[in-house]
Amino acid sequence: MLIHFLKRLALTIPTFFALMFITFIAIRLVPGDPVEVRVGERGISPERLAQFRAELGLDQPVWKQFLDYVWGILHGDFGKSLVTNEKVMTEFFTLFPATIELSFAAMMFATIIGIPAGAIAAVKRGSRFDQTLMGLSVAGFSMPIFWWGLLLIMLVAERLHLTPVSGRIDLIKFYFEPVTGFMLIDALLSDQKGAFKDALHHLILPMIVLGTVPLAVIARMTRSSMLEVLSEDYVRTARAKGLSPARVIGLHALRNALIPVVTVIGLSVGSLMAGAVLTETIFSWPGVGKWLIEAIGRRDYPALQGGVMLISAIVILVNLGVDVLYGVINPRIRHGA
Amino acid sequence: MAHDASLSPNGVPEVEHPLRQLWASFSENKGAVFGLFILCGVAFLAIFADFLAPHGPLEQFRDAVRAPPVWEEGGSWRFILGTDGLGRDMLSRLMYGARVSLFIGLVVMAVSFVVGVLLGLVAAFSSPMVDTIISRSMDLIMAVPGLVLAILIVAVLGPSLTNTVVAVTVVFLPRYVRLVRASAMAELSKDYVIAAKVIGVKKLRLMFSTVLPNCLAPLIVQSALGVSEAILEAAALGFLGLGAQPPVPEWGAMLADAREFIRSDPWIVTLPGLAILITVISINLMGDGLRDALDPKMRRS
Repeated sequence: MLIHFLKRLALTIPTFFALMFITFIAIRLVPGDPVEVRVGERGISPERLAQFRAELGLDQPVWKQFLDYVWGILHGDFGKSLVTNEKVMTEFFTLFPATIELSFAAMMFATIIGIPAGAIAAVKRGSRFDQTLMGLSVAGFSMPIFWWGLLLIMLVAERLHLTPVSGRIDLIKFYFEPVTGFMLIDALLSDQKGAFKDALHHLILPMIVLGTVPLAVIARMTRSSMLEVLSEDYVRTARAKGLSPARVIGLHALRNALIPVVTVIGLSVGSLMAGAVLTETIFSWPGVGKWLIEAIGRRDYPALQGGVMLISAIVILVNLGVDVLYGVINPRIRHGA
Repeated sequence: MAHDASLSPNGVPEVEHPLRQLWASFSENKGAVFGLFILCGVAFLAIFADFLAPHGPLEQFRDAVRAPPVWEEGGSWRFILGTDGLGRDMLSRLMYGARVSLFIGLVVMAVSFVVGVLLGLVAAFSSPMVDTIISRSMDLIMAVPGLVLAILIVAVLGPSLTNTVVAVTVVFLPRYVRLVRASAMAELSKDYVIAAKVIGVKKLRLMFSTVLPNCLAPLIVQSALGVSEAILEAAALGFLGLGAQPPVPEWGAMLADAREFIRSDPWIVTLPGLAILITVISINLMGDGLRDALDPKMRRS
């Protein structure tokens, strides 16, 4: 098992190097000089310019720059943001908990609704519930989530005043030092009255927006997987034994039907990150997605480069983890590979 | 499934009216027919926008800025769906927007189809070295979340309609390559391919006229669904300000412009998104029907 895992891990190493190479080349291809961004419009003396170039390592030959870049990354150094002069790594991991919180909430929302809905639809195949759910799931799957977010802000936040429009918490009413970076936990720890409720209110709309596409996918997957399982022999046996329908469906069928669904949930980290970029932008949610878009706007290329690297690395590692875990649950995969 | 296309006179497998057969099973699915119908409507509006649109997409009516649609109070038939923040007719912009979105979807589909088939077949037919290089490159592209990769590409090339197409194509290319490679590999070990090799069919002919036709069914389904995904992705880029640039009437970019009117003029926000949603749903419904019709094995519900 361990060897299997290490083998898979070793296979990701060339991917990481290729990724470094591509992000490095990509940023070099950008028209314009990164020093200009740092210096601004006014311009400075040639000596200062040379000093800046030396600081950024731009006076070195390109291959040396690449080696330095790789060496830095291997030591956890992704360079400094051109705008804030803060380490890219530090900025990323300060903001990352906000993205995790949002993504986790969205996935919970999608799973808690999607799995039971899909299972019921499969059991009551062809019913009105089934048809409605499948119709909704096509709509959810096709949803431009940036529009869905604006629509919900318009209806729920602006018209009905049920939730706030943006942000993670009302900063005028509540302030506390971040401990974990997760707003819900920090709000609880802060002991401030109403802070948790306020943070929860802020989370609801972004959670729904980011969770919509996964919800549609999970409901559909659960339904089709459940339909397959329901026609299996062991389900028929369980029924023939005289077990109650609830027991047959809940215990025998659903548990087996969930294996592919769980895999899909695990492997959707990538699309979740992509969705987070849009959702965070709409709701001014201070996570890495919004930060990435802002980095482009400010032409902060080290931040963009490091951000893309880090997001991809996380997605690759999570996917690897899911693959390995799947091998643990399902030995057929492990031995086949 | 394994028709030997290279033996039939004109490269078409000799089955009774394959298209009619396809239509028969396609039309069983009511949702798919509905999707096709709506899609034809959208395509009609897009193609004939020059004749159908009541105004030019860029024409600004300074006397009617943010005019409400006809069913709201103060609306008029002059601007059926109202006007936007610069007094441009929404209906006309949406029609021209359909042209932009469908264009993006189709170009992305066509390019990734052609390049995907080429790379996929080369990977399947060449030495393990070439196969590894192609497959690993595709894995690499797939390792980066789609939208993030597209953002990186656009950030490097600069935001424009053309670069949107390039970015979205790169993002979706690996799916085609993998699909073609996998189905070609599966076909390669079948008897009819071995037979063709034994007769001495040349490699190119083997690739394109013996094996390829038998890989087409899943590829067509992927292409249909790929159009809708490309439209969504391009609209997302447009919304982030990294796609088509103003004043191009692209639906995503229109939404980005509309954000400031969320409080005052809901139609400016609602309509472009509704256009995206309707188009994407109709393509997805059609794609589902196509999948069921083309390959009963892939039927999953």
